[in-house]
Amino acid sequence: MKLAGGHAAAQPEVGLELPPQSFEIERADMVKYAGASGDFNPIHWSESFAREVGLDNVIAHGMLTMGLVARVATDWTGDPGSVIEYSVRFTRPVVVADGASARLDVTGKVRSVDAETQQAVLDLTAKVNDETVLAKARMTVRLPSH
Amino acid sequence: MSSPGGLAQQSASLLTMALDPAFAGRVYPPTEPYEVSREKIREFAAALGDDNPLYRDPEAARELGYPDVIAPPTFPIVMTLRAAEAVVADPELGLDYTKVVHGEQSFSYSRPIQAGDLLQVVVSIDSVRSIGGSDMLVTRGDVTTLDGEHVVTASSMLVARASEQVR
Repeated sequence: MKLAGGHAAAQPEVGLELPPQSFEIERADMVKYAGASGDFNPIHWSESFAREVGLDNVIAHGMLTMGLVARVATDWTGDPGSVIEYSVRFTRPVVVADGASARLDVTGKVRSVDAETQQAVLDLTAKVNDETVLAKARMTVRLPSH
Repeated sequence: MSSPGGLAQQSASLLTMALDPAFAGRVYPPTEPYEVSREKIREFAAALGDDNPLYRDPEAARELGYPDVIAPPTFPIVMTLRAAEAVVADPELGLDYTKVVHGEQSFSYSRPIQAGDLLQVVVSIDSVRSIGGSDMLVTRGDVTTLDGEHVVTASSMLVARASEQVR
């Protein structure tokens, strides 16, 4: 199978670190994501509403974070269609003040490889301002068959 | 959609926080078909700032054996969260939707969603729990083609936090 610009080997070593990535999340990104996903919950765009329900400020969609984090893996395999499982736990809201941005730092590592099924399990981490925002972020991918 | 009965309504009004556990195991009728378009996939990928050619270029997708452009791994949420919201907004369930945050999310794929798919979602409630004044609801969305081919299952844990422990 030909890869679209990916770097994953057919048999990567356990512990291999994937190229890390950072993303800046601004209010405009959240507006775009709201429109694209159809998630118009006001905690993602109304500061007064967010404060009313006890948040410090508007927070980014958890699914926006989850989508960005996936890129460390899908850019590595080159084929986003090779994802078999993907799961995360949201542990800390990503607060984004007006006019500011939150920097999301994402890393990934090969947790295990199954040569028989040609699958790898990847552990992913996501931090904003050095604080972890996801726990148990894990993806299973099909490896290229050559 | 059947009513959970008088007891549920009573508990919803008397104990405003606790969810009705009778909702666990409930399965809802399939949603209206959702037609996946190249443009919606492009819009979703752009919202993630992701320029992977498989999301935009049918030729690139065909080279990897897909019939058309494929969607990013988190794209199923476009269908499943909306379907789940209709369920959790049911006043008989007793969920305080203004306090709901996303606790956990998982996807299990048989294949990627691709442009041209005509998909439906069957939502079910996997579990209902109340811990320390917070309500936790796990909804599952099984996404299939209209012919019944499984595409992806999405599982969402939604948490309605007790007001004093919000952060």
